[in-house]
Amino acid sequence: MDMDAVFRALADKSRRSLLDRLFGKNGQTLGELTEGLAMSRQAVSKHLAILEDANLVAAHRRGREKLHYLNPVPIAEIAVRWIGKYEHAQVEALLSLKDHLEKPE
Amino acid sequence: MNAIATDITAATAAAVDPAFVYVVYIQTTPQKVWDALTTPETQRLFWFGQHTQSDWKTGSPHTHVGADGAPNFSGEVLESDPPRKLTFTFLNSDRYPVMHAEGPSRASYLIEDVTTPGDRALTRLTLTHDGFSKLGSRSREGVSGGWTRILSNLKTLLETGVPLPAIKAG
Repeated sequence: MDMDAVFRALADKSRRSLLDRLFGKNGQTLGELTEGLAMSRQAVSKHLAILEDANLVAAHRRGREKLHYLNPVPIAEIAVRWIGKYEHAQVEALLSLKDHLEKPE
Repeated sequence: MNAIATDITAATAAAVDPAFVYVVYIQTTPQKVWDALTTPETQRLFWFGQHTQSDWKTGSPHTHVGADGAPNFSGEVLESDPPRKLTFTFLNSDRYPVMHAEGPSRASYLIEDVTTPGDRALTRLTLTHDGFSKLGSRSREGVSGGWTRILSNLKTLLETGVPLPAIKAG
């Protein structure tokens, strides 16, 4: 899989927000994903195609409908590439600390 | 439960949308992916030192054993079509009481040859996991992060021949 495609796909705020929505609720149709967004259905569809090409979104057919799933495997590949054997626990600890400190009261 | 009710339950479970769909592209053949997923010696190299005991025939039991030798999860092989498809039930062992009590879910590997003619072999491995008892169950959380790393490790192993440094499953 082309890592350039992954970074290109992630380098766009709208596409990251689509991934956030799938992270919140996995397996959504184009219609569900478009709901409440300031983007047109066509724009969302175009962004989804780019995310699919980068393998960040996986599609699953349900009859005539297409459900979209967040596929974090390419992101795991990025993490594995640059996070070393011994750093893993420390990085996780720092991230949980950050989560904890940034959590709204 | 009578036979008809059991059938209805099974049919409903089959219609449920997957909770996860994970896809990884690996520069290798479907047979090598199948062998890696079903051979204990290879499995240990990408699955945190864990492996599965099974003959992987439809209807056979399978037990996934942790690096410490104790079972992590087990179940039944529902569909076995080497090297294309493998579906099995997934019940956490009673060493995880909460997840064990949630009952079995179902995992499936779909292995497809997506090689461009004239190019090197490329296989798409799709892992779907469904049938969790309720939304937001512990079992669901438990497997989500695990699969991501397992599939990513598998890709590295098959493409480079070098297992990743051991990363804790937790």
